[in-house]
Amino acid sequence: MTSSGNLSNPVDGRFGEFGGRFVPETLVPACMELEDAFNEAWADPSFRSEFEALLSNYGGRPSEITECYSLSEELGLRLLLKREDLNHTGSHKINNVLGQTLLAKRMGKKRIVAETGAGQHGVATATAAAYFGLECVVYMGEVDIERQALNVFRMELLGAEVRPAVSGSKTLKDAVNEAMRDWVGSVETTYYCLGSCMGPHPYPHMVREFHSVIGNEASAQCKQLLGGDPDYVVACVGGGSNAIGIFSGFVGTDAQLVGVEPEGGAAIGSGEPGVVHGSKSFLMQDAAGQVLEAHSVSAGLDYPGVGPEHAYLAESGQAKYESVNDTEVLAAFERLAQTEGIIPALEPAHGLAWIIRQAEELKGQTVLLNLSGRGDKDVAQVQAIKAGDPQALATMRK
Amino acid sequence: MNPLEQHLTDLRAGGRKLLVPYITGGYPENWTELVGGLAEAGADAIEIGIPFSDPVMDGPTIQESSSKALDAGVTPQEVLAALSQLDVDVPLIAMTYYNICFQMGHENFAKELAKAGVTGTILPDLSLEESHEWTKQANARDIDSILLAAPTSSDERLKQIVQASQGFVYSVGLVGTTGERSELAQSAMDIARRVKSSTDKPVLVGVGISSPEQAQEVCEVADGVIVGSAVIRRILDTGSIDGAIEFVADIRKALD
Ligand SMILES: Cc1ncc(COP(=O)(O)O)c(C=O)c1O
Repeated sequence: MTSSGNLSNPVDGRFGEFGGRFVPETLVPACMELEDAFNEAWADPSFRSEFEALLSNYGGRPSEITECYSLSEELGLRLLLKREDLNHTGSHKINNVLGQTLLAKRMGKKRIVAETGAGQHGVATATAAAYFGLECVVYMGEVDIERQALNVFRMELLGAEVRPAVSGSKTLKDAVNEAMRDWVGSVETTYYCLGSCMGPHPYPHMVREFHSVIGNEASAQCKQLLGGDPDYVVACVGGGSNAIGIFSGFVGTDAQLVGVEPEGGAAIGSGEPGVVHGSKSFLMQDAAGQVLEAHSVSAGLDYPGVGPEHAYLAESGQAKYESVNDTEVLAAFERLAQTEGIIPALEPAHGLAWIIRQAEELKGQTVLLNLSGRGDKDVAQVQAIKAGDPQALATMRK
Repeated sequence: MNPLEQHLTDLRAGGRKLLVPYITGGYPENWTELVGGLAEAGADAIEIGIPFSDPVMDGPTIQESSSKALDAGVTPQEVLAALSQLDVDVPLIAMTYYNICFQMGHENFAKELAKAGVTGTILPDLSLEESHEWTKQANARDIDSILLAAPTSSDERLKQIVQASQGFVYSVGLVGTTGERSELAQSAMDIARRVKSSTDKPVLVGVGISSPEQAQEVCEVADGVIVGSAVIRRILDTGSIDGAIEFVADIRKALD
């Protein structure tokens, strides 16, 4: 099977030494069934055209590229934004979700479970479930339910049930645990719609393919606009799905790929190889292998692991990974709003924060940032942080 | 044949149904006394959980005992060191998640387990396909690598699993995580039958077994049972290990 972008397919479920299928036997047959179903669907032109039609007439694709004239001038570089924030439901997450729910329907599944951090994947899943008439349960950490209250209400409006994950750090990692436990008990009837390019094979590969539309569009758009590729392609990295989506259009070109992690959740920046949630990748953990709790102002990046293909791209030097702190992120969030009239989600504000910090080094360069989502969901949290609300401040890195 | 499988096969040959209780290493504080107590109560082997931060195969009860142990600062090394000090005459099986083994390194983990007197491992997130390297290292130290067979496994997979599993075949009694259930699931009898008909290795059913009656019922087909949450819940409820030991003695009675 061919890859739809520039990235290669996994071999035996692995990207180099990373990936694999580390799940209880109860789930292995379901992963195998999913792998077959995905491979078959992805090779089927009718599935592809149905997916593409959904992406455009329901998802709002293609997403535009916006030139940031004012901020570019201030920074001394040429900044372009890939506008995934303009998609239906407000982020890139809808690409993957439409692909997976279409597949779930094809597989005859009636119930969908998902985990969510910022709530964007949960909202996208609840949206697609409503559209396709599927039952939907979304697991979300208790801390995230608090700081992303708007998205909780959106999911409920869409008819989904939001179940709190109350163990551990009560954030994305724990929501994944709960969703996996649900799936262990419901695998015969339920489709697990994983929200990033992580988890057991085939998820990292499949999620990447569904997001490769970002990179494919961006590559064509850059050829038109620039007559070639940008010098830098920058994206934030939680699990890494928006980054892998845009990277897939540029890996192997002269563009330098940069993934930006939060300082308090830098799996590649400060982690070691490890295994959790179904795959081998970089992981923040203690010496014994206990997974550490991440801390980030952004619920969508508040995760101690990272998708295995990013571990591979980092090790092989095809992409580099940097980290930024919460203070830089909040400054970047406001700066984009004030210079360009675009309120970004806190997640892609990480990418912008790195660009701002590196402006000197990037002078004169063309930089494409994947603006993975819009900031509506974060406005209340940022307002509370600016007002000095102790509970909101506690969500920042300790 | 490694010592664990030999031990279990010998007991079975004597007409005995096998009873393997699970406990969480590091919980409660006097958990090492529990090991001796369970051996006296008639356990044929004891599964010692090395607590992991993200136990996705475990329901609320074992999640709670694991996080209590971790909150108390327990490390895998401490659990193993404590085991090496014990003088019990039933085999010890380590149950943990793969990252603990991976971080210590396969060879080192096998060495540490052997030093602690452990003769088998259960790593629920280490699937058949991922298990070969670990099995090789474990066998170099005469340790059995026990694999899971699930109700969702196809016949074709079951064949491969029973062939690769050592010590016994851990037959998962239901589609779900560990935890007590009021009734014995139909799937427990089904998986016991399916696995029994495909291997001569000991077949133990675990996950969901909650009472002496359920243990007895499933042992009409299976060679034995693994009982975890029902043991741990008694400790969580009372703060004492006595009820758990009594409970295991009751299961022993029901099986004999
Ligand atoms: C807007 C946005 N960007 C990025 C992410 C992080 O996910 P990923 O790293 O998979 O792109 C999220 C997750 O919630 C998000 O909402």
